[in-house]
Formats: sequence, C-alpha cells, structure tokens
Amino acid sequence: MQWETVIGLEIHAQLATRSKIFSAASTAFGAEPNTQACAVDLGLPGVLPVLNAEAVNMAIKFGVAIDAEIGRESVFARKNYFYPDLPKGYQISQFELPIVGKGEISISPQEGVHKVIGVTRAHLEEDAGKSLHDQFPNQTGIDLNRAGTPLLEIVSGPDLRSAKEAVAYARKIHALVQFLDICDGNMQEGSFRCDANVSVRPLGEAKLGTRAEIKNINSFRFLERAINYEIERQVELIEDGGRVVQETRLYDADKNETRSMRSKEEANDYRYFPDPDLLPVRVTDADIEAIRASLPELPEQKRQRYVEQLNLSEYNAELLSGSREIADYFETALASAPELSSLLSNWILGDLTGALNKSEKSFADSPVSPALLIGLLRRIADNTISGKIAKEVFEAIWNGEGDADHIIESRGLKQITDSGAIEKLIDDVIAKNPEQVQQFREGKEKVLGFFVGQIMQQSKGKANPGQVNQLLRAKLKP
Amino acid sequence: MNKTIKQIQLGLAQGDYSSVEITRDYLTRIKQHNSSINAFITVTEEQALQQATLADQQIAAGQSTALTGIPLAHKDIFCTDGTLTTCGSRMLENFRAPYNANVIEKFEAEHAVMLGKTNMDEFAMGSSNESSYFGPVKNPWNTECVPGGSSGGSAAAIAAGMAPGATGTDTGGSIRQPAALCGVSGIKPTYGRVSRYGMIAYASSLDQGGPMAHTAEDCAILLQTMAGFDARDSTSMEQPVPDYCAALNQDLGGLKIGLPKEYFAEGLNDDVARCIDESIQQFTKLGAEIREVSLPNSKIAIPTYYVVAMAECSSNLSRFDGVRFGHRCDDPKDLEDLYKRSRGEGFGEEVKRRIMIGAYTLSAGYYDAFYLKAQKLRRLISQDFAQAFAEVDIIAGPTTPEVAFKTGDKTADPVSMYLQDIYTISVNLAGLPGMSIPAGLVDNKPVGLQLIGNYFEESRLLNAAHQFQLNTDWHQQSPEVK
Repeated sequence: MQWETVIGLEIHAQLATRSKIFSAASTAFGAEPNTQACAVDLGLPGVLPVLNAEAVNMAIKFGVAIDAEIGRESVFARKNYFYPDLPKGYQISQFELPIVGKGEISISPQEGVHKVIGVTRAHLEEDAGKSLHDQFPNQTGIDLNRAGTPLLEIVSGPDLRSAKEAVAYARKIHALVQFLDICDGNMQEGSFRCDANVSVRPLGEAKLGTRAEIKNINSFRFLERAINYEIERQVELIEDGGRVVQETRLYDADKNETRSMRSKEEANDYRYFPDPDLLPVRVTDADIEAIRASLPELPEQKRQRYVEQLNLSEYNAELLSGSREIADYFETALASAPELSSLLSNWILGDLTGALNKSEKSFADSPVSPALLIGLLRRIADNTISGKIAKEVFEAIWNGEGDADHIIESRGLKQITDSGAIEKLIDDVIAKNPEQVQQFREGKEKVLGFFVGQIMQQSKGKANPGQVNQLLRAKLKP
Repeated sequence: MNKTIKQIQLGLAQGDYSSVEITRDYLTRIKQHNSSINAFITVTEEQALQQATLADQQIAAGQSTALTGIPLAHKDIFCTDGTLTTCGSRMLENFRAPYNANVIEKFEAEHAVMLGKTNMDEFAMGSSNESSYFGPVKNPWNTECVPGGSSGGSAAAIAAGMAPGATGTDTGGSIRQPAALCGVSGIKPTYGRVSRYGMIAYASSLDQGGPMAHTAEDCAILLQTMAGFDARDSTSMEQPVPDYCAALNQDLGGLKIGLPKEYFAEGLNDDVARCIDESIQQFTKLGAEIREVSLPNSKIAIPTYYVVAMAECSSNLSRFDGVRFGHRCDDPKDLEDLYKRSRGEGFGEEVKRRIMIGAYTLSAGYYDAFYLKAQKLRRLISQDFAQAFAEVDIIAGPTTPEVAFKTGDKTADPVSMYLQDIYTISVNLAGLPGMSIPAGLVDNKPVGLQLIGNYFEESRLLNAAHQFQLNTDWHQQSPEVK
C-alpha cells in the first residue's frame, strides 16, 4: 500500500523582549536558578499579571509578515493544570481569540519547488519554569527563571507531506522570526522549539489518520529524523494490523526513536476560560499599519531583490536570503562593493560556507569578516591575484594572518602581469620542451595545457593565466 | 463613645492626644475584647507603636496628611510585608508576604498605623465568618450571632471599638453585609476603583477592596487614600479620583432614589423592611424623590454569581499547591500525594466545595452550559441597572434580608447561607459601587440600608449616606461589649 504522511508543526518561538510577558523580571538566559523570578513569576498570593506591550507588537509583526489576519480583540485565557514548574497552577495563554489568525508562508523544500503552507494561528503565552531532576538526589529542583518568558506559538495547518517539507517550513519560520528581530532562534537554549503532529493515511484517503505529537526536538536534523522514524513506526504498526493511538511521544536523539509519554486517556481537561486579571488586547488598523511600516525587508523580498537587482541566480538568491545571519553577512559585505555581488555570493556560498561548516562556526563568528572578504575579492577583481591564489590567501586570512593585501605582499603572491616577465617564462619552457612544441605545431592542441601548467608552476601560480594563454599561443605559432 | 476617624484627626491635630496614646487605647481595647469577639487574627502591637511614634514625629514636624497617626485594622487578605497574611486559612497559617498590597502601601505612605490583621471567612468565602481557620468571629451586638462575612473581623472590630476604621473586600457583599450586621458603614467601590494588587484573589472579576468605619464621612476619608489607578493591576481604571469629602455636604434636594421592587418582595424580614421604609422616609424629608424601579433579573443573580465566583476561585486557588509557599503535608510519597494532601489539609470545607464546583463548571462539556451562560446572565443583570440608572440617581434597599443570625444556624445548609447575599451580589456582577449604612435595630441587632450608585459615582453614595447620618443616629449606636 502507498502511504501519505500528514504533518503539522507547532513552533514555540521565545520572543526577544527584555522583560517577561507579565512581569518586569529579566528574560536573559543562563542566570543562577530563581534569580530572575519576581513575585509575579513565583505566583505569590495577591500578585497580578501586566501585559508586556512589546510582546504584542512582536506577535503582530509576525502576523503582518505572513499576511495573517490580526485579532482586533484577542483574549488571554487560563490553561489550568498542576505541575511544579507552573507556579500559578495555570498557564496564561490564548485560546479562542488569538492575536494572529490565518496566514501563509511559501517554502522551497528543494530547488525549483515552491509550496504554500498555511499557518492556522499564532498566539501569545507564557513559558513555564524548569524542573531539574538530576541535581539533587531523590528530589526535584524548580528553576523559575524561564517562567513567564513570552512565547509565540505558531501552529501550521496539516499541510506538510514529508519530513523534508517540515524542515523547510521550520527553517523558513526560523529565518523569518530572526529577520523580524522577534526571536534569537537559538535552538540549543530552547528559544525555538518544534513539536510535530504526525499521521499517515492511505494515499488518496481524505480522512486524516490518528496523529501522534512528537516533543523534545531541538534541531532541524532531529526534526527530520524524528518525523521519519515516526512515519516508519506508524506505517509498520498499521501494516501489522495495529492502530495508531493519539498520544504525546518524546524523541530520544541518542537512540533515534520516539517513545510514548502520555496517552489521550490521561490527558488533562485544561478548563480554559478568559483570564479575569487581563483585559482583552485591542489592536487598531493604525497599530497594524504602523507595525507594517516598521517591518524590515523580509526574506521573500530579499530573494526577489537579489535576483532582479543583483542578477544573482534563483538558487543563490534563495540561499543568501535563507537566514538572517547569512543575509546580514552578505549585505554588510556588499555595501562597500556593490559591483562585486556575483563574486561575493559565490565566495559566501562556496569557500566561506564550507569553512564555517567545517569548523562549526556561524557567520556571526566568522574569522573572515565581511570587510576582510571584500578586501580579498577586490584583489581578484583587479587581477592582483588569480582565483587560485585567492584560495590560499583566504586560508591565511581565516588563520588570522591579516588582511588580503598584507598576505599578498608578505608572501609575494602578486600576480605577474608584466608581459616581458611572462614572455621570459614562456621562452624558457619552450626551449626546454622542443618535443611538445613539435606536437603542438602538428595540431595537437591539448599540449597547450601542458605548457600552461609548466609556466604556472615556474611562476608559482602567480602568472596571469589569461596573459599566459595569449602570449603562449603567439609564441608557439610556427 | 466610639471615636470617628474625623474626631481622631481633630484630636491629633489639636494635640489632645498623640498617635501613640490613641494607638495604645485601641491596643488595650483589642486585648480586652479580642478573646470574646475574635476579630483579629494577628495584632501587630510593636509595629503599631513604632508607626505611631513615627507618625507623631510627622505631626510635630507639620508634615501630617489625612491619615497620619490614625490607627486602622486591615483584613487579613491584604498582603503586608513582614507580618502574617493568612487569608483566614490553614493554607497560609505561616505565610509572610515579601511585599505590601497597593492599599497597604498607600496607608503606609500616609503614616497611618496598622493595629493588626482582621479575621475573615477562609479566602473570603462565606457570609458569616464561620469558615475561618482561626475560629468564628462573634457579633459584638450579640456574641451568639455571626458578624456577617467575609469581612466580619473588620466589621466586628469597628463595632466593638477595637479600631475606628478598617479595610475590607467585597466579592458578593463581603463589605456591605458584615457592615449591616455589625451596625457600621462600609462601601464597595466601582470595580477597578481600588487596586487589587496584593489583595489575595477569590474571584478576580468581582473582588473589590473598600473601607469600613463608623460613618460615611470616615469611609470617604479612607476611600480617598485607597482609590486610584495602579499600573500593577490591569483591571484598575485610569479615572481621576474626585474629592470625596468635598462632595459630602451637597444638598439632597431633587436626588432621585429608586427602590427596586424585587428587593422588597418575599424573603425580606418584616422588621427589617420597616426600618428600610423609615430610612427612605428620612431621605424624602431631605428632599429626595422616591420612585419604584425594577431589576427583573435579580432572581438569577445568586446562581450567576456562584458559577462565576466558583469558576474563578477554582483557578485562583491552584497556586496553593504546597510547592513554593503555604501548607505542605508531611512526607509526601510522590507529587500527586503532595498536591492532594497539602490542599486537602490546607483548605477548609467551604473552600473545597467552591473549588470543586468551580472546576466542574469549567470542565469540558459543561463550560458552555455554566460559565458562558453565567457571563450572558451577567450582562443582563448589568443592563437592568443601566435601565434603572437612566431614571434614578441612586438605588436604595435593604443590605440583607434579615439581621444577624445565630452562629451555626446556617452552616449545614450552604444555599441558605448564599441567600444572605441576595441584595448585594448583583452589584458585584455589574461592577457598580454599593454601600451599607446603619438604619435601625431589630431585637437590638443592626439593620443595614444599602445604597447603590452608577459607575464611579461613589461621591453620590457617600454624600447621600453622610446627609442621612447628619439627621439620624443609628451610626452612633454601639453595642455593650462584654
């Protein structure tokens, strides 16, 4: 039987506000446990939540960016359940009336393929604290620093059909929230978390299969693996005559498997109701327009501009607009040398990306800064060095030996463009290889490569290849 | 014999006595009577005398304000930094808040003196003060009877001369009903007038703090300090606070008073009705015009209230889980055991009843039938008042259907207890200001007259009540406390 996979993602993006969504405590990551939890975060008797307006602005930014309906009157609701790291015994979230309604986002799961994915809603809520199970023997510690951190929960439609599409969608949202400056996107610190709802159904079947919700996925690689594992598990289960049960499953990256966490039968009745401590959030057309006007250029707009104005290929444009850090790097470099756009895009996506990946560094931490890279590319463009020598210079810059000019100078890598010098090299090689000269003159064109190689070797790669070619042909003529 | 706040202001200003002296007088009175009345859970004697000393210095330096050096009692629902705040519950028997409620901050800023924290129904859930973990409060007029609730400690403290004024909170009548039963004056302001920050929540959309004292004038003085916008309470309103005292002396000529026919129907005790009638006649003499109005949805107020209040309380009280503060059971076996026993031991019967009913009304499949329906009915009740206020300036009627009943009389029958609040509850559901003032005695037990105003028209209520009190002496009656 042919199976079709249906995936929906719930993404929790921590909003990059300085203070928490309902209190003045700091949201900074990594402080000593419970040093960033005030009376409101601790849920002490008598305290009240006060909404952080910046969190609302950030949510609206996201909504406007995905062309979504913005809730003109959104309502905070209480989601009631008991857990030690949930201080009030309820989470303040949004239920019936979220701040962001239906929107959509276009993804490109592979080159040349575009697909529009629906975003069902995005709502504001507060994060819970953390339970620390491994720090005290036989006891659980509670750290409430994270309690009250603003989250935007972004819920996709059941529109994704493969793990690859899910990853493309998640990456797209990840890039978008970073472009919008509303989330730092740090998956290791939990600033950007994905839960995947996965189900399978016979191809052609209209009814959705029973889904399992997979939690605890903290990288795009694991997202793909977890979904693929889950698809395989469900298909095997059904083909063996079993039934998928609706449940929450945890992904274990070490074992690459998902495990049942709790089933629907044990699920909570959250007893949602509007939080009487908070007023409905009213948003006017003017508010939305002001936010729209303040939006930075978005990835989609960048991609188009790169193609139309910079004449970059679709593929390069897609990659360069694919994340905030790569686009920032590209545009910073481009600002000082707009004429080098094509060369620059090739170097960023080629050598630089390669080197960064190899050393597991981000663009922000690149040892070769945009200015250093441009310094190098200028020397390629003005023929001071060849592309081949440039690779050597790049490596030296990467290793901290200084800027391109310094390295070219100190290593004597300047390209030889003086015709006299090149002619002398050519004459020497011709004199040493009469046999090959003869072959060339008998029409064996290939031998030209041999001569070029010899000459480049003699010049230690510094002779200008174009000049070498031209002068060599002239000299070899019978 | 009981001094009013106004009189103490004068006494302090004239140097008849110091704040320390008057504070000592009240502390002595508390020592004499608290064992029989049980109005205070905590008496903060040492702190009171320190505050009084400081207040005397302020007065000597000519830096006193309206409440400098005035001794007051606070309902034990307001968090007070460093002292116990129990909310009448075993759950918070040892709880010390690390901060002051907004209301407490405001009194401290004026150098008022805190005598102690008054007894109350557990988590403000009750109409008789019998649900307190710290024992029932006795009505100073008749110690076999209840003082009303939930601010029964505050009302009894004033009636027994243990404090000239006190704070209370009112979710369904918890200021007005005990004020009525103890023969004192009390006002529940418009929802949003007084900050709820630091006031332990019972039902957030209904709770409102307010003052209680011997006279309407004293209530005006206290409300002046308590009222105002607070950025830490999102439901507090950014409305300017009028000068309540300046408005007290307006003439009542032409004031239109509406009498809701539903408040004088079956269930109202005849003697109480007679007292209310006489009070209304007094208003007529003062120039007011009396009209009948109708609040047709009054009959649904109690069920509506209990759905809304219990739903909210079931969630508000979830934070008392034994994890971070409050009562924790001994040797919990696991997390569930910790929750169950901590809450089972920490909460009293009435609180548990309300949490369970509230959780039920919010649960899947019942939410629409109960909670949503109650919200709709709440709007109908508000509309009744809106229509009435299109015709009249204030609404008057009894605060309670009867005078103070005997301790233990209604504890076995929660519904009969809930009916105590039949005239007060609609006011909370609509968010309107309401006041109770003494209006007679039946069997030597006080009767309360309720005055209801339109939104933010506390001035009008206080003015009407003050004019009434200038011409009657029910507010000057005081019990002989044994």
